[in-house]
Amino acid sequence: MAKPKIAIFDFACCEGCQLQIVNLEEEILSLLGGADVVEWREAMSEKSDEYDIAVIEGSITRLEDEERLKLIRSRAKVLIALGACATIGGINKLKNNFDDLDEVKKCVYGRAASKPHLHTGPTKAVGEVVQVDFCVHGCPIDRKEFTYIVRSLLMGKKPEIPDYPVCVECKAKGNPCLWQYDQVCLGPVIRAGCGARCPSNGFRCFGCRGYTSNPNVDAAKDVITRYGLNIDDLKTKMVLFGSKQEPTIYE
Amino acid sequence: MSKGTVNINVHHVTRIEGHGNIVLNAKNGKIEKLEWQVPEAPRFFEAMMRGRSYEDIQTIVSRICGICSISHSLVATKAVENAIGVKVSEQTDKVRLLMHYSEQFQSHVLHIGYLVAPDLFNAPSVVPLVAKAPDAVKTIIGLHRLANEWSDLIAGRTTHPVTLRPGGMTKVPTEAELRALQDRIKKCVPDLKVVADVVYSAAGNLPNFERPTEYVSLKQDNPPTYTFYHGEIASTDVEDTVAVNDWKTVANEYVVDQSTAKWTKWHRDSYAVGALARFNNNAELLSPMAKAIAQKFGLKKGCCNPYMNSIAQLAEAVHVIEAAIQLIDQLLTKGVRQETVRVNPRAGKASAAVEAPRGILFHEYEFDRKGTCVGADVCIPTNQNHANIQKDFEKLVPEILDEPEDQIRLKLEMLVRAYDPCVSCSTHMLDVKFVR
Repeated sequence: MAKPKIAIFDFACCEGCQLQIVNLEEEILSLLGGADVVEWREAMSEKSDEYDIAVIEGSITRLEDEERLKLIRSRAKVLIALGACATIGGINKLKNNFDDLDEVKKCVYGRAASKPHLHTGPTKAVGEVVQVDFCVHGCPIDRKEFTYIVRSLLMGKKPEIPDYPVCVECKAKGNPCLWQYDQVCLGPVIRAGCGARCPSNGFRCFGCRGYTSNPNVDAAKDVITRYGLNIDDLKTKMVLFGSKQEPTIYE
Repeated sequence: MSKGTVNINVHHVTRIEGHGNIVLNAKNGKIEKLEWQVPEAPRFFEAMMRGRSYEDIQTIVSRICGICSISHSLVATKAVENAIGVKVSEQTDKVRLLMHYSEQFQSHVLHIGYLVAPDLFNAPSVVPLVAKAPDAVKTIIGLHRLANEWSDLIAGRTTHPVTLRPGGMTKVPTEAELRALQDRIKKCVPDLKVVADVVYSAAGNLPNFERPTEYVSLKQDNPPTYTFYHGEIASTDVEDTVAVNDWKTVANEYVVDQSTAKWTKWHRDSYAVGALARFNNNAELLSPMAKAIAQKFGLKKGCCNPYMNSIAQLAEAVHVIEAAIQLIDQLLTKGVRQETVRVNPRAGKASAAVEAPRGILFHEYEFDRKGTCVGADVCIPTNQNHANIQKDFEKLVPEILDEPEDQIRLKLEMLVRAYDPCVSCSTHMLDVKFVR
């Protein structure tokens, strides 16, 4: 049987998730030994139009990028969204909170803002443009989870992605709850699978893996009330990665 | 076959971070178009920061760049602290510097080993080199792994740190963890010598090209240090340094049609930042082993061959190792403890600068009295190099126009890579279009 061909593409993002693939070091060779990597601009000079699995990093902000993504989708049998920019739009979605994108452009480029090459639309996650088959969540992705998902696919199995909140993993690690230290932590509603990396380092969860498919909104409201905060305190934290995600806790 | 007629169009240069194009059209020895273009999708970070809390700034700006996320987080944290009037402890300052060294080391090893080495050994990527030089590749992988585990320990993660907060750290490593890290760092010294020898064996493939330009970097006088993290802005064109808060008088940013990233200029049409700029301003302050590396490759202060930037990075990688060993000694001598942090924000506006692996990086923020961000400005090293890359192209191409098209293309691509551009950063961008 021929080895499946994998191609890795990047759109608007920081390329930190691709870097996590590089960071697999020698493991990358054994992982990808079962496949042919035919295109990966950040690491190789080779290019190709034929592939079975397309890995998409980044969010979509321009019409020309939508067209390129649709073409990739039409060529690939399986499409994987890699990292928060691709899975939920990520931090790039912060700009969608401005009513007027022209204002956003002027803020950065001043009087030159109207130049055509600076045109950009609202940020979209990959799934808002084409069908996504699998998501590798997180900002950046977790190397082990990426390995697990790719290995599962290469073996013809469906990978299991956690659909319970970060609090579950955080409690299992025995971490003290950051709410007790005045930090507005999104652990109660955000999808686990990261091993509660941030709270384990004393830093609040800011939601890079997106919500669980059925977030326990009531529990989150209880927590806010218990610590004497209001919904606005929570909104300002949720917006970092949660902008325009559905369902949102503050509906 | 070229006879001075060339059409080169490298759309999206490979083995760099982000998207950039090289376009060269020349007919009968006359250059019709020669451009370094940056088409990366603009992302508007400065606007995205508005309305966010001072506590969230480092989390947002870290996402400007995956490769220099630690530099962005550090400079943002420093600028926020300057703006809201918070001082940090000596321990915090030292732990952050140790975190910063991990990124310099990681980024330089990645750039030299994975992105530049394939050009020197005539390979399209590092993958074929595994078969050609398995031991050297394994050594590089081992060094890269060390750098990442070093970041993991101090920053909480390899990319996008989670231990920084305005006023201090959420977590610092234990003394036992620091000792274990120091042991590993000491053991990597022989590996660095192996890498230096391998690069040296192919250093003859670095093009011999010179163009005098202005080199800009941080400079620290008190105490005199080969600095990545403290100090003021220095230039090879002038004696006096400039205060970091006045960085806009240095960068003078402007928008050009061939790029979604802004360009900069100071005393000339363009200036350069990065390892070679730091070397040209501070070479005498390098560690003894780093000086020996520079000498081995014939790298001297005043060097204006941009391809030598990779060699300056190699010297810096060695320097960082020696500096980190000393820094850990200093931390251990004083003893490490978890510190509690209390911050009361106030209204204010301030800047900060650090040296990202690819050059000097400026951030500026303004906050209202509740600590809500009302203004942000970020000036990235790769932006400061774009104009200089264009000027290098304009001097280099006439010198090599008679060479075969593949050779011209390779030299242009290698030139761009030598700057170690980080294009996502610069649009907050790389690609070669080549038509001779």
